[in-house]
Amino acid sequence: MSELSVDHLLGIKYLNKTDIELIFETADQFKEVINRPIKKVPSLRDITIANLFFENSTRTKLSFELAEKRLSADVINFSASQSSVKKGETLVDTVNNILSMKVDMVVMRHPNPGAGVFLSKHVKASIINAGDGAHEHPTQALLDSYSIRERLGGVKGKNVVIVGDILHSRVALSNIYALQLQGANVKVCGPKTLIPKYIESLGVKVETNLRKALEWCDVANMLRVQNERMEISYFPSTREYTQQFGVNKTLLDSLDKEIVIMHPGPINRGVEITSDVADSKQAIILDQVENGVAVRMAVIYLLASKIKQ
Amino acid sequence: MSQKVLLNSKEVNIILHRLACQLIENHENFEETVLVGIQPRGRFLANRLADLLREEYKIKSIQLGHLDITFFRDDFRRGDKPLAANTTEIDFIVEDKNVVFIDDVLHTGRSIRSALTAIQSFGRPKNIELLTLIDRRFSRHLPIQPTYKGRQVDAIDEQRVKVNWLENAGEDVVYLVDK
Repeated sequence: MSELSVDHLLGIKYLNKTDIELIFETADQFKEVINRPIKKVPSLRDITIANLFFENSTRTKLSFELAEKRLSADVINFSASQSSVKKGETLVDTVNNILSMKVDMVVMRHPNPGAGVFLSKHVKASIINAGDGAHEHPTQALLDSYSIRERLGGVKGKNVVIVGDILHSRVALSNIYALQLQGANVKVCGPKTLIPKYIESLGVKVETNLRKALEWCDVANMLRVQNERMEISYFPSTREYTQQFGVNKTLLDSLDKEIVIMHPGPINRGVEITSDVADSKQAIILDQVENGVAVRMAVIYLLASKIKQ
Repeated sequence: MSQKVLLNSKEVNIILHRLACQLIENHENFEETVLVGIQPRGRFLANRLADLLREEYKIKSIQLGHLDITFFRDDFRRGDKPLAANTTEIDFIVEDKNVVFIDDVLHTGRSIRSALTAIQSFGRPKNIELLTLIDRRFSRHLPIQPTYKGRQVDAIDEQRVKVNWLENAGEDVVYLVDK
């Protein structure tokens, strides 16, 4: 059997196509496991994982913690708000202190882009990036592609549009890398102010008309407007954003095909998508959450298998 | 590398019929019994026995599943190669059922130890039996013995028993291979 080409999951940028296929094939088996009456396997009973969250998170943290527990790993949790980081400790010191408690793997979310890469060069543990600033969020992109594969039978050749706040989104960048690696066509759509200037250098097309983008695509991934990352105003008002870039049922029903709606959560209901869209059969938002656990189990399992005893 | 034939196609066929008859002796109509092939190689034998019981012995209520033990193995991170997972297909509850594990070769017993743990995710069986085509009786690491066996083989550790099936290699034959 092949193994992952990497020792850490720092970003989709560092993976190849075979890695993604291996992760998905392993996730298939874990998806079956988490639907059993007893949802736990003993594989990682001698592995300890630290979840370091230097930034708020609900579902990613829960999803990782559940994935780790379903694999029988020992788990310790850390959030920056209750830690010595506030007292001025550096990232490497914080992590090395935790590692001296014999931790094998670190799952880290950090507000600074590249924090995971930096850490992987300075500490002896397997690192999983659970989001680094506006840079990458690899497990989210993997679970998004996995959900597309599950719903449409594959990712190759599919048209995927990522709608919304591309500028501040780590989900967008990781998704672009992951989708392109698997042979999908990617467009981004949103207000010009929220689309990075050189995005086309990644090989994605920009579409500022939502209807045109939806008519083109098989899948629309609706991103959240990240107000917390905006220091200035990027569009006149939320109402105007919704009018131009929000998806409602009328718009969806007026298309001549049934497209798949995705959202990484948390949803601002009534802003990027309306409630009737979020709760419709076309939306696979809750499947994404379920698949998140299976995909994270696969990533953790495959990385753990590379940690030598 | 030299190899000698332990069982040819005709002998495999006779053994399969005998094993099927032994199962019928203990389980009659199979209403309270489920057959579980151990992935990856036990599935061929399990499929073959299930077909035989259905077609030759006209037993209608055969329930067959396949159990993957990868995530329950005790050698995770101990070998050079990572462990590849296979599919588990068990669409029935094993609670209070007689479970028959089916595997091609019983060697160290570690796979069966893993299977005993893995099957608990699907309920608490009434009892568990083990059927194996080849029993390498002097190679056991654990106190595990087959309930039904096709052929007992005395092989040394340096030798390998290779089971080929019509479905995966074009013919039914069992070889003893010197590594």
